[in-house]
Amino acid sequence: MAMRKFLNDPEQLVKEALVGVELAHSDLLRFDRENQLLISKSAPRQGKVALISGGGSGHEPLHGGFVGVGMLDAACAGEVFTSPVPDQMLAATKAVDGGAGVVHIVKNYTGDVLNFKMAADEAADEGIKVEAVVMDDDVAVQDSLYTAGRRGVGATVLAEKIAGAAAARGDDLAAVAGIVRHVNERARSFGIALSSCTPPASGKPIFDLPEGEMEVGIGIHGEPGRRRAPLGTASEIAELMVEAVISDLKPASGANLLVFLNGMGGTPQIELYLMFAEVEARLSKAGYKTTRSLVGSYITSLEMAGASLTVLELSDTTTALWDAPVNTPALRWGV
Amino acid sequence: MDAATITTWMNEIAGAVRAERDYLIQLDAAIGDGDHGINMTRGFDAVVRALAQEEDGTPGKLLTLAGKTLVSSVGGASGPLWGSALRRGGRALGDAPTFDDGKLVEALEAALAAVVDLGAAVLGDKTMVDAMDPAVATLRREVDAGTVLPVALRRAAEAAEVGMRATIPLQARKGRASYLGERSIGHQDPGATSTALIVRALERTVAGSQ
Repeated sequence: MAMRKFLNDPEQLVKEALVGVELAHSDLLRFDRENQLLISKSAPRQGKVALISGGGSGHEPLHGGFVGVGMLDAACAGEVFTSPVPDQMLAATKAVDGGAGVVHIVKNYTGDVLNFKMAADEAADEGIKVEAVVMDDDVAVQDSLYTAGRRGVGATVLAEKIAGAAAARGDDLAAVAGIVRHVNERARSFGIALSSCTPPASGKPIFDLPEGEMEVGIGIHGEPGRRRAPLGTASEIAELMVEAVISDLKPASGANLLVFLNGMGGTPQIELYLMFAEVEARLSKAGYKTTRSLVGSYITSLEMAGASLTVLELSDTTTALWDAPVNTPALRWGV
Repeated sequence: MDAATITTWMNEIAGAVRAERDYLIQLDAAIGDGDHGINMTRGFDAVVRALAQEEDGTPGKLLTLAGKTLVSSVGGASGPLWGSALRRGGRALGDAPTFDDGKLVEALEAALAAVVDLGAAVLGDKTMVDAMDPAVATLRREVDAGTVLPVALRRAAEAAEVGMRATIPLQARKGRASYLGERSIGHQDPGATSTALIVRALERTVAGSQ
């Protein structure tokens, strides 16, 4: 088991890491050990719609790094790459409910959808209004009767920020859920992996990627992509990503865009900026205006080398919500 | 059969998934994210602990408790799917302290129905249903025909294994494997594999008590 990792007991990794998050950001959040949740210290706020999300661990800073002010009120942490259980989402919902209802942002994976649904049903039984919105922005999977549907990936980060701002300014439950849906509808994503990743509990890379090859159309759980291809240059890869995303999203001519160039965890920042430059060149050549950007590793797959592109077609409303103040471990501006 | 049957079955499952943990991880790594073995082991270890603390439950109550424990401990899709399956099976067993062959078949049919309702998978989607459906159908046919239970369960377990191997050439239409499209072909489904283990564990449980 020659893993190059900082690790004690793999079974305690998630808990021990969450202790670290709380210690590092105790001004913003607290760690509920019993339910394995990170909860904003400003929650619940009476009269404010609360926002929770969650999923498997291994995607940090998603979601726990987005708990604070102006984004998520709570995040539920499952084991690495495994969705959390309904008890967690129910506990989170109850902890953050300020009487105006709770929005659940759910990434479209069978496990997440089923577990969140069970929790929402139980919350309803206890009289809490929950609206769940499923994110499915990944274009690599054909959304058809013959798959589990498109995966929820990079747009999830954007939705959590933009809807978080909507909730902070006092929008009601239907409006906040509507904003999440809008972001999901107007954003698309596509990812490429240059390496696999090794979940600590298994000790082995999930797949073998030979030298000189790349996985095209990946998700965030280390699973193989839609296809394997020879490793291209940054320029060639950017061409692929932009084509995949723009041909599906079809932004209006000259539209304002938020361009999110995300690292999968194992790719250095210098390479992410290179990829952003390549993506930008193509988008501006096509007449779009990138008015907002995010470059960094925000929704990751442990130490996978790779990158994903998420493009959101902006409106004046969503631009203002993106710009609104946020104070979380991973995103902080306007404060 | 009685409460001890359920407890022994759950213990047999826990042992089987632990023994095959790395194999299940490997199958899940090929067409998923490699956590199936870890999740099933965690879940059924929790079930064994939970059942050990139940002093005098009926078989129905124990099976329901097993289901609830799986929901609370497994995560992923397997938690809700197996959790709902065992809860519905437990409900089908009712309050009686014992149950016969016919009741066992009813419980397993209810379990399968729960999985199909929740996950919406059909035969051929390359999921646990591909092992569970033939196992339950075989058991129903054999028990109705008067076959003694140990033999009926052996045939059901074989049917589960045939179904499990039949997932190899299929293209996944559900779950994480479906993202891989054609690349999922040629790999055995981990969910069907753990299902076959679960049916074999039931066979061993009943054979051991004869």
